[in-house]
Amino acid sequence: MSEVLVLVDHVDGAVRKSTLELLTAARRLGEPSAVVVGAPGTSAKIRESLAGHGAAKVYVVESDTATDLLVTPQVDALALLAERTSPAAVLVSATAEGKEIAGRVALRTGSGWLVDVDDIAADGVATQSVFGGAYVVKSKVTTGTPVITVRPGAIDAEAAEGAATEEAVEVPVAEASKPVRVTGREPVVAGDRPELSEASVVVSGGRGVGSADSFSVVEELADALGGAVGASRAAVDSGYYPGQFQVGQTGKTVSPQLYVALGISGAIQHRAGMQTSKTIVAVNKDPEAPIFEIADFGVVGDLFTVAPQLSQEVAKRRG
Amino acid sequence: METMNIVVLIKQVPDTWSERKLTDTDHTLDRDAADAVIDEINERAVEEALLLKEAHGGKVTVVSMGPDRATDAIRKALSMGADEAVHISDAALHGSDTIQTAKVLASAIRTIEGVDLVVAGNEATDGRAGAIPAMLAELLGLPQLTHARRVEVEGTEVRVERETEDGITHLAAELPAVVSVGEKINEPRYPSFKGIMAAKKKPVTTLGLGDLGIDPSEVGLAAAFTSVVESAPKPPRGAGERVEDQGDGGVRIVEYLAAQKLV
Repeated sequence: MSEVLVLVDHVDGAVRKSTLELLTAARRLGEPSAVVVGAPGTSAKIRESLAGHGAAKVYVVESDTATDLLVTPQVDALALLAERTSPAAVLVSATAEGKEIAGRVALRTGSGWLVDVDDIAADGVATQSVFGGAYVVKSKVTTGTPVITVRPGAIDAEAAEGAATEEAVEVPVAEASKPVRVTGREPVVAGDRPELSEASVVVSGGRGVGSADSFSVVEELADALGGAVGASRAAVDSGYYPGQFQVGQTGKTVSPQLYVALGISGAIQHRAGMQTSKTIVAVNKDPEAPIFEIADFGVVGDLFTVAPQLSQEVAKRRG
Repeated sequence: METMNIVVLIKQVPDTWSERKLTDTDHTLDRDAADAVIDEINERAVEEALLLKEAHGGKVTVVSMGPDRATDAIRKALSMGADEAVHISDAALHGSDTIQTAKVLASAIRTIEGVDLVVAGNEATDGRAGAIPAMLAELLGLPQLTHARRVEVEGTEVRVERETEDGITHLAAELPAVVSVGEKINEPRYPSFKGIMAAKKKPVTTLGLGDLGIDPSEVGLAAAFTSVVESAPKPPRGAGERVEDQGDGGVRIVEYLAAQKLV
């Protein structure tokens, strides 16, 4: 069975959930080989978690300089291993960094690549959702080694036993390209709420929330439902909530089990970021708000009375 | 460094405020279905290039690949204050993928002498690959400082604050380099009447594939490294139940969620 290279996304000695999803997808195409690029000692910390999700091999590409450079250490490692192992595919998480890595690997290996894939079949045909979920496209790579970036959260991670046999790999530093130096990092501090793009429940507030202070009504409902908080562009532009929580065309694309829109009119740009959610509930004062056109359940009313009542009722049911 | 020679990449895209479609025949973008506009993030890229030019002196050249009507987007950038433009237009480019697009853009950038900085938007609203700037860095052998929320040039060094879902990363490199900008970089200026008038006289060089030494058989839909097997519009989401709040709106939602086994 062919190998499938999976680039491991890790932070602070822990594997990101999206990597476990990639390992699950990789098993459909062949035998997963995890590729760990990082500072010395990284693989030792995460090998067990990779083994628990079916990694047959772990290529260990560790160096002191790996964290001082941006993107290129991962590109160098994947391009070298792609040439050496002729894998059935190379899988990378469709994060900002993952997509940059994948595009460069595709160029360097003379291969085609696919962006933001939601699903992969055993024959390599991938499903993508484009224009904010308005179209479903099935495509495949026809030249070279398929390089595929998979949207975090799109595929459910499944546990499986793997040998996770480690193999150290020396990657010569490409001299032709000039380096970019990483001079500092300020990682996002994970809050108590789930990450927006991974959450199964998202509660978002829009212009109707009216102020930064009143966003607490959105947060309370999110906490009652164990979900993440989102915001429409109008709310972010008005300074009600930080930009990293923006849902929509120019923010994050989410597709949770439940999306609750509070005081969001539902402009096409917002819908592009959330209309693939499984169930949509909307509360808005304006009965004409376009959000009601796509909501499974809508309440025409004041979010400041409806949302707190909802939070209370949810808390009651959860005891 | 005395003055900066800046290239800014722009792309004309279907307006995200209009209904966007793919064609039935070859699954490519239906350019007639939606209004075409300069991608919003590109206006920020132009703005950043202009700010750097204003601070350090120099020249801003717009580079765009697209059909004839992309001239509208190019004129917009020129009316904001860019000095000249290169428009890559060739019928053979129709249906090109990101690999081919990056190669064509890299060839066009190479025709401009002494480029210090290439500035682009971090991700287009139509394709959303978010990788063209990184791919250009790969092809041009330049450092990539992408997803910038802040750009600073001092002497021959460029420093960037990169913002992604991972947080902030501080980057530095020697010029020449490739920079891409994110949403938070700046507020783009509106073209002034004077700017709009002046833009009409600014030089726009149109390049075909022949001018770039690219064989038409290497680009376009038939030569792409990926192919679309099928595409279909998602059935529109229907509206579900809608109720007026009679003081029990929250309760009604919980009942609905319970019926769906969501609480």
